[in-house]
Amino acid sequence: MRHNTYSRGLPGLALATVVMLCAALTLAFFYAPLDANQGFLQKIFYIHVPLAIIALCGFVFGAVMAIMYLRTGDRKWDMRSYVAIHMALIFGIAGLISGSIWAKASWGHWWVWQEPTLVSYLIVLLLFATYQPLRFSIEDPERQSLYASVFAIVAGAFVPLNFIAVRLATEYVHPRVLNLEGGNLPGPMKLTFYVALIGFVLLFATLWKYEMAAKDARAQVRRLRRTLLGDDAGRPYGRSAAPL
Amino acid sequence: MSPLFAIAPALPLGQAGKYVAAAYIVVFLVILIYVGIMALRAQRTQRELEELRRDVEAVKAAREQLEDDVDPDESDRAGHARTERSEQIA
Repeated sequence: MRHNTYSRGLPGLALATVVMLCAALTLAFFYAPLDANQGFLQKIFYIHVPLAIIALCGFVFGAVMAIMYLRTGDRKWDMRSYVAIHMALIFGIAGLISGSIWAKASWGHWWVWQEPTLVSYLIVLLLFATYQPLRFSIEDPERQSLYASVFAIVAGAFVPLNFIAVRLATEYVHPRVLNLEGGNLPGPMKLTFYVALIGFVLLFATLWKYEMAAKDARAQVRRLRRTLLGDDAGRPYGRSAAPL
Repeated sequence: MSPLFAIAPALPLGQAGKYVAAAYIVVFLVILIYVGIMALRAQRTQRELEELRRDVEAVKAAREQLEDDVDPDESDRAGHARTERSEQIA
């Protein structure tokens, strides 16, 4: 059996993730000052914003992997795209729930439909939520990979467009704390935020590698079983949303 | 853990404390559930790998058995051919 390349370096990465997230939590609760307006409630910022940023970047990452699949035809890129979008959805849902809790505490509502930032983020999440059903609806693995890649690229291109459109909107209640000039966060808050952001980036990378390693191992087991049973000849694997 | 809590400064939780706790717990739970599902899948793969290993061993044993069954005949045939050849030479 060939060596599973995705599990290489995984323990070190997992350790770095734990260390960074612990540092982020410590800084968030014991170093970063209380916000003048929101007080202790603002501590949600250190998880909500990194989760939302990484979810959106994860969708774009998935789109880039899909481009690589269309260029090379190598199934490993399709698998990488699939896992990146899967992970980004999980991060996105966590970001959405944490944001909703923050909205309830801060604005008195779980959800504000008039707010472009929230609605556009929800649209992106719902768009990518259709990615798995799309894959599952196509049985032929080649066509599944092809259509899913095209979808991932189009939907991935929608993410920055959506982001820019919302930024250009003038009426919103959702605060803007980051911009190209560095934003309006004071030093300790900025440090805490960047440590949390790096921690969540590492978490995304760890879980992505973890899932890739698991999927790769499973695919190898399945291939070996087919070889052993002598049914390589083309009997279909059966319907699956994940690349085979 | 208790010494850690003893030296940690008190947090001004107030009314916001429950919301902050809820947000952090939800994020932690989402990740925990995901890791849990992945662990279950890893266990399933491990089980399949064990089954596969047993299948490979069974195939290997069957092949060895087949070779053992075939070998005496082949050696008999080879011995017979050698006898014929030596008779012809004689």
